[in-house]
Amino acid sequence: MTDFIRLTDVCKSYTRGKESISIFDRLNLVIPKGDFVAIMGPSGSGKTTLLNLLGGTDRCDSGQISFDGERIEGYSEGQLTAWRARNVGFIFQFYNLMPILTAAQNVELPLLLTSLSAQRRKENVLTALKIVELADRARHKPKELSGGQQQRVAIARAIVSDPKLLLCDEPTGDLDRSTANDILSTLQLLNRELGKTIIMVTHDPEAARFATRTLHLDKGQFVEVTT
Amino acid sequence: MNDLYLIWKNLFRKPLRTVLLIVSIFIAFLIFGLLVGVNVALNRATETGSASNRMVVANKINFTEPLPIAYLNRVSAIPGVIGTTHQSWFGAFFRDPAQSRFVGFAVEPETYTAIFADQIKLGPGEREAFIRERTGVIVGRSLANQYGWQVGQTLPISSDIYFRPDGSRSWDMKVVGIFDGAKPTDPTNALYFNYEYLNETRPFGRDTVGTIAVLTASPDINDRVAKAIDATFANSPFETSTVDEKTFSRAFLKQAGDLNFIITMVVAAAFAAILMIVGTTLVSAVRERTKEIGVMKTLGFPGHRVLRMVLGESLLLSGLGGLLGLGVAAVALNGLSRSPIGETFGALSMTVPVAAAGMGLALLLGLVTGLAPALSALRMNIIDALGRR
Repeated sequence: MTDFIRLTDVCKSYTRGKESISIFDRLNLVIPKGDFVAIMGPSGSGKTTLLNLLGGTDRCDSGQISFDGERIEGYSEGQLTAWRARNVGFIFQFYNLMPILTAAQNVELPLLLTSLSAQRRKENVLTALKIVELADRARHKPKELSGGQQQRVAIARAIVSDPKLLLCDEPTGDLDRSTANDILSTLQLLNRELGKTIIMVTHDPEAARFATRTLHLDKGQFVEVTT
Repeated sequence: MNDLYLIWKNLFRKPLRTVLLIVSIFIAFLIFGLLVGVNVALNRATETGSASNRMVVANKINFTEPLPIAYLNRVSAIPGVIGTTHQSWFGAFFRDPAQSRFVGFAVEPETYTAIFADQIKLGPGEREAFIRERTGVIVGRSLANQYGWQVGQTLPISSDIYFRPDGSRSWDMKVVGIFDGAKPTDPTNALYFNYEYLNETRPFGRDTVGTIAVLTASPDINDRVAKAIDATFANSPFETSTVDEKTFSRAFLKQAGDLNFIITMVVAAAFAAILMIVGTTLVSAVRERTKEIGVMKTLGFPGHRVLRMVLGESLLLSGLGGLLGLGVAAVALNGLSRSPIGETFGALSMTVPVAAAGMGLALLLGLVTGLAPALSALRMNIIDALGRR
């Protein structure tokens, strides 16, 4: 597998009041293309910040972040936004679907940023919903779906524009074991069958078992790798 | 699905709230449309038929106070005056004073129809009949239509000012002509009858008139003639105030107060209230959606597109409320113009400039109320919005 994501000497700190809190101090990370990585660690270890940096929703103070050979740490806000739309799919713990839209419309949202025709968008939405086995619920609003179904819709939304990278923040944190396993199996399928690179932050060791390897983060540094 | 669909869905995510907002905007624009529409009609009414070389001589105390009819000869003798006539308010009504009041003047038929020939268009022979018949009355087209009066009919026209020696307030008048205005939109809701008929049958106020109309040789000498007239009657028991016809009409309207100022204040108050209500509601509506806006930005929606959508909501909201308010105002003005109230002002309608000004105001309201929430959405940081720190 070739290098897909590379973090080199990344430093990140936050200012809280007059106090500066260092999250990462010269963090290095390499993730090959097609990998399924689980990131575990205690609260405050920097898991979410790492996901924010990888997804281009936050910026590092120094260091380099490259994505498929493309350096993104110096991108402007607009460039990062466009880069995110092209390359990254996001799956959140609490699904974050638009309550006013149907499942299909939620899935269609990222496609509004493309130049695809309405017909083509419709076809892509249907394909994404079929992958997560929710084609029959396309016209349902989020409140009419179970937690697991909502997360499937969120996965369909994440993959509909065919991004190379999926970033999952506690994707099963709000689900029961059985439903969580279904969701994780779907992610595994996306990784194995469609070759998506997946980075998943989780507190759940059971969830981490679905990944090909697990990185343990503590106090801003990787302390252990489990394969 | 497109951005407009998203704007629409977001706007109506809480239908009751949105409907109430639209109703409040609707009321503001209804008030705007009606008041400005009426004001435009009033101003137009003061302009209608006003000849630039026609002036009005009224009692200096107030135009409701009388002037001696003998003044007419003295005014006529002033250099530059080429014609004079007079008119006296009758306080006319037909049968029911509460329901059927209208404009009625006692006039000198020959001179009045000559000096106001541009406003009183009579059919062949009707002017002559009016001059000839002591009890003759000429009726405006819209007034005649309103009551179904025909030429040849005798009407009992009553006064809420005068009464006859026998105590009755009714004068029988024979319709000898029905007149039109210079333009179809000019108000024709008045009647005119022979001053002599009133003068010889009223027990008080004899040989006095309401106002004197003066025709000058040229508008350029109006000021000089006015000064000469007022100087002639200075220090007399009936001092005069002479102004051109437009000024007199405006002064007449001002008796009810400065309508322009009142209307501006009422409309401004309505809009200030709406601005606060809609503005704060939109700010809280966008705040409720902080997470959703964060998600949209995460998915790749640029800040300016999110800003456009939020502004689109406020514009759509104001646009809908404004359009409904102006639309209903237009229908109401149209309905009013067919009622006795409307007859007073001539054609009441939503004019294109008023409608355009209204829609411009709606656009401005949308921009102003949407600006704060839109900028807040534009500046919203994804990490803060999603609480991902």
